[in-house]
Amino acid sequence: MALKGLDIFKLTPKTNCKECGIPTCMAFAMKVAQGALPIEKCPHMSADALATLGEATAPPMKSVTIGAGDAAYKLGGETVLFRHDKAFISQNLYAVNITPQNADEAIPELLKIDYERISERMYVELINVAYGGDKAAFLETVKKALAAGRTLILEVGDPAAAREALELAKDQKPLLNGANPSNYAEMNALATEFGVVLGLSAPDLDGLYDLTAELEKLGNKNLVLDVGASSIKDAFANAVQIRRAALKDSDRTFGYPSLVNAAKLAPGDLNMQTALASLFTLKYGSIIVMEKMGYAQALPLYGLRQNIYTDPQKPMRVEPGIYPLNGADENALCATTVDFALTYFIVSGEIERSGIPVNLLISDAGGYSVLTAWAAGKLSASSISRFFKETAVDDKIKNRVLIIPGKVAVLKGEIEESLPDWKIVVAPNEAMGIVKFLKDMAS
Amino acid sequence: MPFKRTPQQFAASIKEVTIGTGDKAVTLGGENVFPLYSFDAPISNPPKVGVEFSDTGPDRSVPGIAAFYAGADSLGDVAKRACDMPGADFVSLVLESADPNGDDMPIEECVALCREVAEAVSLPLVIQGSKNVEKDAKLFEKVAEALQGKNVLLMSAREDNHKAIAVAAVMAYGQKIGAESSVDINLAKQLNVLVSQLGIGGENVVMNLGTAAAGYGFEYVASTMDRVRGAALAQNDNMLQMPAITPVAGDAWSVKESVAPEEDFPEWGPAEQRGVSMEISTAASVLAAGANAVILRHPDSVAAVSKLVSELM
Repeated sequence: MALKGLDIFKLTPKTNCKECGIPTCMAFAMKVAQGALPIEKCPHMSADALATLGEATAPPMKSVTIGAGDAAYKLGGETVLFRHDKAFISQNLYAVNITPQNADEAIPELLKIDYERISERMYVELINVAYGGDKAAFLETVKKALAAGRTLILEVGDPAAAREALELAKDQKPLLNGANPSNYAEMNALATEFGVVLGLSAPDLDGLYDLTAELEKLGNKNLVLDVGASSIKDAFANAVQIRRAALKDSDRTFGYPSLVNAAKLAPGDLNMQTALASLFTLKYGSIIVMEKMGYAQALPLYGLRQNIYTDPQKPMRVEPGIYPLNGADENALCATTVDFALTYFIVSGEIERSGIPVNLLISDAGGYSVLTAWAAGKLSASSISRFFKETAVDDKIKNRVLIIPGKVAVLKGEIEESLPDWKIVVAPNEAMGIVKFLKDMAS
Repeated sequence: MPFKRTPQQFAASIKEVTIGTGDKAVTLGGENVFPLYSFDAPISNPPKVGVEFSDTGPDRSVPGIAAFYAGADSLGDVAKRACDMPGADFVSLVLESADPNGDDMPIEECVALCREVAEAVSLPLVIQGSKNVEKDAKLFEKVAEALQGKNVLLMSAREDNHKAIAVAAVMAYGQKIGAESSVDINLAKQLNVLVSQLGIGGENVVMNLGTAAAGYGFEYVASTMDRVRGAALAQNDNMLQMPAITPVAGDAWSVKESVAPEEDFPEWGPAEQRGVSMEISTAASVLAAGANAVILRHPDSVAAVSKLVSELM
């Protein structure tokens, strides 16, 4: 149960020493209760008090790290069930399952997914290798997957096979997904020995709960919970209830990241796997395993994930600069808008649809939408002329027509004054009108 | 110690809105749990999937769509075929040609097309407008009159034209309306309040909260829908308790990922599968956020999304 500020205050030294950086012990206790400060910030807490508080003020959902070096990923650590309540913290990871039969084609295929979208590299972070009973084939596949340089999920419940696979992959810190109610003691020993995160599964949610409690009793809190593959309905019910128990009902036993194996939930049905991956990206899958990830699947899924894991308080921004669209060169028309990613995407999409070459000039407008940026003084005649100077637009582009957003038509006069060589044209109010507008202009 | 389950069943619930007539009529809404949380309490009316085609016919530039509608030449035949699409619960005609900035088809002709479609379909009908506020106001009034007794859903009543559409469609001719706002909980609520002030009850109104394709500012769509559902159920806000419908196809099939030809991006592969995946991903996401109905185009998307819904119920 979460402690109230007053309960915490009773355990502080009540000296108002300010060493924690807060004026009074009472104020400090309130901050701790809100989760704004860790209790350790107070240097004068007694060991007993820390022990009492440690459990109660610990984050509701643990964060665990899989992988090593550049390929290390943090999972979990979420504090809210809905992103509008604060933000989602650790974005979910996508994995592709490979088998001994398809490894030689599947690995090069998944490595092809590697592109950038709004300053983020999009690629398949994880490779899932499942043990199918043939140890030699399994280990061979693990070797091939390791060569791809991605972090592995070893889906293996046979301790002997798991040990050999871990020997091969130990430096890359794979996720060992394979503990169940009958083998958990041995699997726990292996995970501890190799210092890797252990994945748990059980036939139902009660079994998974008991298993998690057993592992915690053994001192292992480096866990991932597999939501199971008995049915789509159960997998979704489990993913939601696990996360909800931890974050809403303060049941820390379920305060761990989850793994959803969409490949097993809808074998051979990539469209259904795409639907599932989307569903679980919104609702509480920390790792989502697919049978295959081609561009057709990656383009919507990675875009969706990037959207959902955007901090609501920090809008996505694109880099200021000159974006030539439809093969625009120095003679093409210019249009300008703000650096708010959503605005950029909609405007550039409409311009692309028109087929007319346009140089889209994105200036720094604080990541706000057009009207907000204008109201905040981030989009003005001076901000635009400053951008023109800093980017040396006049040297790079010969055309002297600049289209400005319809919503800031009021800026036309001022921009004409600060950019006297340019002909300023006002675009429609809504992006929807861009295609017709550009076509009319070009004709 | 077994896991202690704490189901989130709310005292409030989403209002029920029925469209169509007879045994093929569909009811949207009615649940008292968060979207798709059928493990908390049974969801009596699972989310519905609609099949969209334009008044100029389906988009035959997409091979799978062309193949499905092969031989269906008149709009009536297209509408009939759409009803046979596996997984379809309703169909949706888009009056694209009515747009004054496009073909500007006269209202009488639009009404004739609507009549042809309404006669042909065996499933409930949802009609989407031209996206032009003035035209839609006049158009929907006439369509509502012509289709009296069919209990159709007329989408796109917006703040600027809701009065004309709502009064004609609901009060005069007994149709249902879609209250359309653009991804903002306050605007959605304001429009619902305005509609209710005309004396129109929630059982006649479905919300279109606005949408975007996955990757295109979808976080706003997800959070708006999350907040609307939270307000409706947890705070019992009866001005946000209408069921939600999301026309996914239009956005999903117009983003670069779906339309860029393979020649321009060889590594992306054929455009059709990209469009299908975008449509499926966006639809699954809006369902997770609270849509009671989605409108799609491609037979593969309709099959996958309706299967997803039935698996989750």
